Amino acid sequence: MMHAATLAQFQDDFVRTLLDPDRPAPPAFAVYRNTVMKGCIDALQANYPAVAKLVGEEWFRAAAAVYARDHLPRTPMLLEYGAGFADFLARFEPAGELTYLPAVARLDRFWTESHVARDDEPMLAKSLAALDPERLGALRLRPHAAARWAWHELPATTIWSRNRNEEMVAADEPDVEWRPEGVLIARPDDAVRWIGLDAAGCAFMDACAAGATLVEAAAAVPAGDLSGLLASLLDAGAFTDGEAR
Amino acid sequence: MTAPSAGLGLKPAHFAEALAAPADGLWFEVHPENYKVAGGPRLRWLESIRARHPLSLHGVALSLASDAEPDAAQLARFAALVRRFEPALVSEHLAWSAFQGAYLPDLLPFPRTSEALARIVANVSRVQDALGCRIAIENPSHYLALEGHAWDEIGFLAELARRSGCGLLLDVNNVFVSARNLGGSAEAYVDAFPGELVMEVHLAGHSADPVLGHALLVDSHDAPVAPEVWALYERLIARIGPRPTLIERDDKLPGFAELMVERARALDVLHRRLAKAA
Repeated sequence: MMHAATLAQFQDDFVRTLLDPDRPAPPAFAVYRNTVMKGCIDALQANYPAVAKLVGEEWFRAAAAVYARDHLPRTPMLLEYGAGFADFLARFEPAGELTYLPAVARLDRFWTESHVARDDEPMLAKSLAALDPERLGALRLRPHAAARWAWHELPATTIWSRNRNEEMVAADEPDVEWRPEGVLIARPDDAVRWIGLDAAGCAFMDACAAGATLVEAAAAVPAGDLSGLLASLLDAGAFTDGEAR
Repeated sequence: MTAPSAGLGLKPAHFAEALAAPADGLWFEVHPENYKVAGGPRLRWLESIRARHPLSLHGVALSLASDAEPDAAQLARFAALVRRFEPALVSEHLAWSAFQGAYLPDLLPFPRTSEALARIVANVSRVQDALGCRIAIENPSHYLALEGHAWDEIGFLAELARRSGCGLLLDVNNVFVSARNLGGSAEAYVDAFPGELVMEVHLAGHSADPVLGHALLVDSHDAPVAPEVWALYERLIARIGPRPTLIERDDKLPGFAELMVERARALDVLHRRLAKAA
């Protein structure tokens, strides 16, 4: 089968047959169609474990197949595959009632991005404490390469974290309280961890990422809350004071 | 690797056990694509493994049989890993997986023409220059009888090695699967393979196609090495002598101890051959 004059023509013809199930092909060609699809779906399942746990493997793999057909990987580093999966889920009609699913997918993605991010030197509380108090206000805190944060209008963090690791789910876990939640995901000691963050904390991180000074960023935080917020953010590995340890 | 020994494909699930395993010639192989990351614990896991065991980098994505040069960014990241981890072996496949910016997660076939040979010779040479080392090229599994082959596979691989200076990786399971799927003798293939070019041997499991059954074997890496493949392996080693040998398992991952049992069996074949030569 598949006689072609040149290698380029052969590849072109082969890929067309691979991606179009209606194109005639010998029965054994199905191995290639199946392997390519399985490779994409396996990668999405590995990259979105909390989504897969929430919807079940069968539902997940069916949805992942729909995604993969329109979004082939652009890189062989399959850890990076599926950048658009959360947006896809937000538009995916069968997921319409699962309003929290896109947010959970974004948090799964955050986890991967944090896991593989550059090894910035984390900023420690003591290096902030050592600064001249008069210069503190003009300091521009830089988010660590492994830091990700988001505010959601639903309890995405609770739903995500309960489904991220099997061993973390207790059978007698109380029902999820339906309320907005924020999260900061980072890698303070070489393992990805997360803390809850309120709306002011998320706004503070946004301002720091945009290059604001500490005084400017603190405008988002209620009076009296700043030192506590800073302490928990520094403890969680949110900032860096140098690159690549 | 002083005396050729047996190794295991390393999966993150087995990191702790792999690290603690006694270092009697045990080596590990990983896919560089899983470690082309900016930072994070993965690289440090691999560094701790590398501090105790030799490492082999087995690329699955340079797409050497594409009618295009290997992706420059991928190649640069591969070269950075070679510098960082100083692997004992580096290998890739006689196959393609990249097409016009898309990555197809499989090892795809092509007609073995002189045009394809010239392209792959150029690609392998480029990779060896970028990595600064000789690489081994692996024989693929076949499912389809393609038209237009001007070369048989062994002649093609030998000529590729002659022109580029690369070595070869003989995957014995791929030989068995291909012979069953396309017809031909796996024994004859193993007997004719140029032993002096073999830098590494792979052993893996296969499975019957879910639709076509045993008429089509799939190189699924999800089962123990089959008895027929062990027999082919013993036949190969008896002829060409000991070579670094890898147990590959990528799916339906068993416990580490179970893989170490298969690895011990390969090591036993190598030791018996060494004893015979002594």
